[in-house]
Amino acid sequence: MRAPPGIAAAVFHSALSQFQKIVGEQWVFTADEDTRLYRDAYSPFLGEPEERWASAAVAPASVEEVQAVVRAANQFKIPLYTISTGRNLGYGGSAPAYSGSVVLDLKRMNRILEVNEENAYALVEPGVSYFDLYRYIQERKLKLWIDCADPGWGSLMGNALDRGSGYTLPYIRNHFEAHCGMEVVLANGDLVRTGMGALPNSKTWQQYKTGFGPWIDGLFSQSNFGVVTKMGFWLMPQPEAYRCGRVLVRRRDDLHELIRLVTLLENSAITNGCPDSASPLLGIGSIGAQARFLAVDEPIAAEDPELARLRDAAQSDDPSGLEAYGRRHNLAYWTFDLKFYGPAKVVAAQWESTKDILSAIPGAWFEDQGEYRFPLAQEPNDHARYPEFGMPSLNNFSIGARSSTNPTPSHGHMWLAPIIPRTAAAIFAANRVFAEAARQFGIPQLRFALPAWYWQRSAIFIFGFPVSEDPAQNRHHREAFFQLIDVCAQHGWAEYRTGPVFQDAVARQFSFNNHSLMRFHETVKDALDPNGILSPGRYGIWPQHLRTSRA
Amino acid sequence: MKFGSLVLFALAAVAPSWADEPETIGWTRRTVQVTSTTPRGYAEYQNSCSVCHGPMPERPGTRALAAKYKGSVPAMLEERRDLSPELIRAVVRNGITVMPHFRKTELSDTQLDAIVAYLTRPRP
Repeated sequence: MRAPPGIAAAVFHSALSQFQKIVGEQWVFTADEDTRLYRDAYSPFLGEPEERWASAAVAPASVEEVQAVVRAANQFKIPLYTISTGRNLGYGGSAPAYSGSVVLDLKRMNRILEVNEENAYALVEPGVSYFDLYRYIQERKLKLWIDCADPGWGSLMGNALDRGSGYTLPYIRNHFEAHCGMEVVLANGDLVRTGMGALPNSKTWQQYKTGFGPWIDGLFSQSNFGVVTKMGFWLMPQPEAYRCGRVLVRRRDDLHELIRLVTLLENSAITNGCPDSASPLLGIGSIGAQARFLAVDEPIAAEDPELARLRDAAQSDDPSGLEAYGRRHNLAYWTFDLKFYGPAKVVAAQWESTKDILSAIPGAWFEDQGEYRFPLAQEPNDHARYPEFGMPSLNNFSIGARSSTNPTPSHGHMWLAPIIPRTAAAIFAANRVFAEAARQFGIPQLRFALPAWYWQRSAIFIFGFPVSEDPAQNRHHREAFFQLIDVCAQHGWAEYRTGPVFQDAVARQFSFNNHSLMRFHETVKDALDPNGILSPGRYGIWPQHLRTSRA
Repeated sequence: MKFGSLVLFALAAVAPSWADEPETIGWTRRTVQVTSTTPRGYAEYQNSCSVCHGPMPERPGTRALAAKYKGSVPAMLEERRDLSPELIRAVVRNGITVMPHFRKTELSDTQLDAIVAYLTRPRP
């Protein structure tokens, strides 16, 4: 057992004894075989000396125990690192941002405190996973849907606090935006309830977000200003129907008008599901197609050599040959799948209106992708639909896993996820920039990439860098990752979220007015947590005694 | 219908005596409670492992093991007869490729022991 940096062994021993008195001896983990379970399973430093490590872990079962642990940590100046289910894989997992921290493992706090069917909300603790809440709702036959992140074992709270996303209605699939009310333990052990929860005997904690006065909830996401112990979430009433329709266009430059109109449709709530784009001619599958591919282990079809040659020509800015190929083979250059939730008559009308609006693009054509009614009479045979129906799974863990098409499995991945404007011009520009960066940094170059459309007013590229057993390859990927962070920032783009290894680098990019935003964060940090015990370094926010120069 | 049929078929093929437990609601399995006729390890396996290693070809664990062993051993762990307690414990606590390790707050040693007992149960 190693003590946190700068903490004397005797002091650490006293702190651990105190933790044991609070949570019980069996819930303080100090043996090496237990603390190594807090490693990041997908660490970009897998097996290297820089891999983040925990000195111990403490697992409280109640908010009172969290308060007592935090007070004890303050007394002994022990750095804590909070996790909920610890499954934020690809973004740091259960490992601390600051090596040597004691992980504050909230997995045992797994109570679903309330689910209100009439007004479609839930109040949960940090250890509640998407599976847990889904099963709770199904067992009680409530007419409610959750919106889940890809890994069903993830925490609703943890994912929302890290600002993750899902696949249903815009205000629900933005998981932080879907929350309503928090309970937070501050670094001094004080307990705060936000929004209407600050009103004793409040009847509307999960029904009205902002309460009275400054709305502080955002301070506790992607930060280290408190330990969130309860959160409310707005859920989705089970709709009568779901419909998916596809628009297909012929020409490369149709993407400009296509994205403009899809954005108009979404911002006007004419479509209300998560759009999904693809390019049959460029061989770019949609996210839904990826889900189907991961579920059905089919061999990859051989590519038509002519198509491959024309794709390369299109890459060098002459799409005419590829467009002609598309006309001959009835293949679209771009497609968008648009989704609709609501009464069957309404979604049918929405799809008709959508087609009317998108018909402004010359040559556009449309394909119905099916309608479902709820509750489902049987499980859908299309795997792209599961997350769209709020049905959690772990199917995306097939990414990088061994399969008949991937004989060499990875050991995880690190996600680079920059936000870009929702325009075709930005997508083309980003692809030029990423292609040049890939050449420069020696990483595999995609022919073209399309973003995901989780966020209603922006687009997001998601690039997965595999983690392997080869330290040299991991080092190469880390270096490329760091360089891409810089390249993105040079063009006005930045990551919406990243793992601890890269958080300082991303945070440094938000440097307007001599880093005034980070200076604000640090002012808050110093006021709320003067001993710097809560998750030091998380999202680039360091306590005063661990700060280094930003130069 | 396709996947519902697969579930029923696979369970019938395994045919444990406790297979009359309610198995699925929608997509994920319900949390299976230990009863007098349900061995604890079976319940723990359904709750913690089957979402990846269940009897459906698209489950990532089942899919990966099918690709690894190419039919020389069953892809579904519950059908394997060659698993040792040491191997099961090592994989759960160390992880393997994209399967992460499990902390003791997620799966205690007692729960893991029950899973080991279930997967290594004597069979005719």
